Amino acid sequence: MYTLRLIVKNALRHKLRTSLTILGLVVAIFAFGLLQTVIDAWYAGAEGASNTTLVTRNKTSLVFPLPLSYEARIRAVPGVTGVGYANWFQGTYKDPKNFFAQFAISGASYLDIYPDYLLPPDQRGAFLRDRKGAIVGRKLADQFGFKVGDIIPLKGTIYPGDWELVVRGIFDGSQSTTNTATLFLHWDYVNESLKKTMPRRANQIGVYVVRIDEPENAATISAAIDREFSNSLAETLTETEKAFQLGFVSMSEAIVVAIRVVSFVVIVIIAAVMANTMAMSARERLGEYATLKALGFGPGFLTAMILGESLLLSLFGAALGIVILFPFAAFLGTVMGTMFPVFEVTRLTVIQQILAALAVGLVAAIAPTLRATRVNIVEGLRSIG
Amino acid sequence: MTEPLVLIEHLVKSYRRGDQVVEVLRDISLSIPAGAFTALMGPSGSGKSTLLNLIAGIDKPDSGVLRIAGLDIAGMGETELAGWRAANVGFIFQFYNLMPVLTAFENVELPLLLTPLSRRERRERVALTLEMVNLADRMDHTPNELSGGQQQRVAIARAIVSDPTLIVADEPTGDLDRQSAAEILALLQQLNQQLGKTIIMVTHDAQAAAQARNVVHLEKGELLADEPQRA
Repeated sequence: MYTLRLIVKNALRHKLRTSLTILGLVVAIFAFGLLQTVIDAWYAGAEGASNTTLVTRNKTSLVFPLPLSYEARIRAVPGVTGVGYANWFQGTYKDPKNFFAQFAISGASYLDIYPDYLLPPDQRGAFLRDRKGAIVGRKLADQFGFKVGDIIPLKGTIYPGDWELVVRGIFDGSQSTTNTATLFLHWDYVNESLKKTMPRRANQIGVYVVRIDEPENAATISAAIDREFSNSLAETLTETEKAFQLGFVSMSEAIVVAIRVVSFVVIVIIAAVMANTMAMSARERLGEYATLKALGFGPGFLTAMILGESLLLSLFGAALGIVILFPFAAFLGTVMGTMFPVFEVTRLTVIQQILAALAVGLVAAIAPTLRATRVNIVEGLRSIG
Repeated sequence: MTEPLVLIEHLVKSYRRGDQVVEVLRDISLSIPAGAFTALMGPSGSGKSTLLNLIAGIDKPDSGVLRIAGLDIAGMGETELAGWRAANVGFIFQFYNLMPVLTAFENVELPLLLTPLSRRERRERVALTLEMVNLADRMDHTPNELSGGQQQRVAIARAIVSDPTLIVADEPTGDLDRQSAAEILALLQQLNQQLGKTIIMVTHDAQAAAQARNVVHLEKGELLADEPQRA
């Protein structure tokens, strides 16, 4: 108790210096957490991916489609328990800046593979019955004010034309990391139109999503599916949904690496600032350390005092940085809308922030502690007066 | 015949300044009995503070015998010496050396952290000691809220709170006005006469030295003849 009181009093000795150091820590820990959250948002799709879902796409490239006829053959592969499909739609809602993900899906077979999308049964039924119907995620509905019964006009880009979709349901996510910034419409509706306007593009699928019996069978089943279509005009590449999502992330990996580096540079800088603060404090207190040693206090007490003060400052700054991160991340998530469908501070990020603060506190205390414990009593006492 | 509290024989101490070795104490032999109030006098650079530091166990001699209460403190390791100081030596410094962030009470309590006393016992003892130095009403004040004389009284309270055998005082009145100096010297005399504390005080103030029961003169690192002990 006495030592803790001494640590707190020492920390508050130079209020301006302490305040500025804490301010620096708050900014650094906040920035570190925010950058980690951005990285997490980047990987959110992959993190949320199921282990029992595979994605089958054209082996040449994702931009090349697969025939609709593959569905039945994939379904026949042992271990496959469900098959759905989806096409990236990419329509424009009023203005190109209103970007959000849109998929033309196979309906019930697709939704069955994603139980994470929570849709009331009546809304699900209404959607499945209405070929021009659509369902939107909660985040998207909140952002654009979509309600059940609303008509969403989309201007097609990949699939030219004006598409008027009726909102038949609004789905929530079973977890906070579930992407609810998406719109789903019926592939049948799109395909029907294609048959009339561009028959060559009809009956072509972007990706198949495949539910399997056991996660450990993923490699075997993937290989079996791809074997089924080897030497065909449209060979397939099947991988887990996670690997598929990570494939997208890897396209922008350089940015992620840059963000990661910056987040650690921020910590290194604040560690240097903090070390300087602690070194200044220790230099000013050499006489006091010498007095304590003369009175009989050993290196353990001096270490506890200096390390305690350093950790107190760094953890206090970290606590403030963490506290302000949550509302700011929530605000930023709203502002960025559908750019990052999932933008939230994870428990792991908070743990990383605390560990970073601990590391800063420890590193900053090393030099002053060594100096204090090694101070010659006679020399130190001479510095007073 | 019982051994004196402080027994010094042929003590030598030198410092290295750059390439030069400066001999600060040369062949010092001295004995101070328990219960003495000894003043170490001499001009600047005579080695009196160095001798006090050696007796207090915060510095080590190059050679010679240095025994306190029969213990060879020159042969002790750092940790052992720190423990010995905590139990046996009370320090009084010229500039008080109080912790500026702690109250008078907390400053006096500091040495007791090294004892097995409970918090309650510590508090009782600190209160009693502050009463002895007439500072009970200032116990919640920090050093910068106290006068120089009051700060030195807090330092004296800190020096005696753990009931050490030996009190070493390095120019205890050097930073004080006449009246405060007289009060501090009276307090030291009281500690010596009433509590039987052995006090060794470095001073170059003849008036301060006159309060001691015997005076040891040093010059250029050598001991001059002792003045006879006063009753």
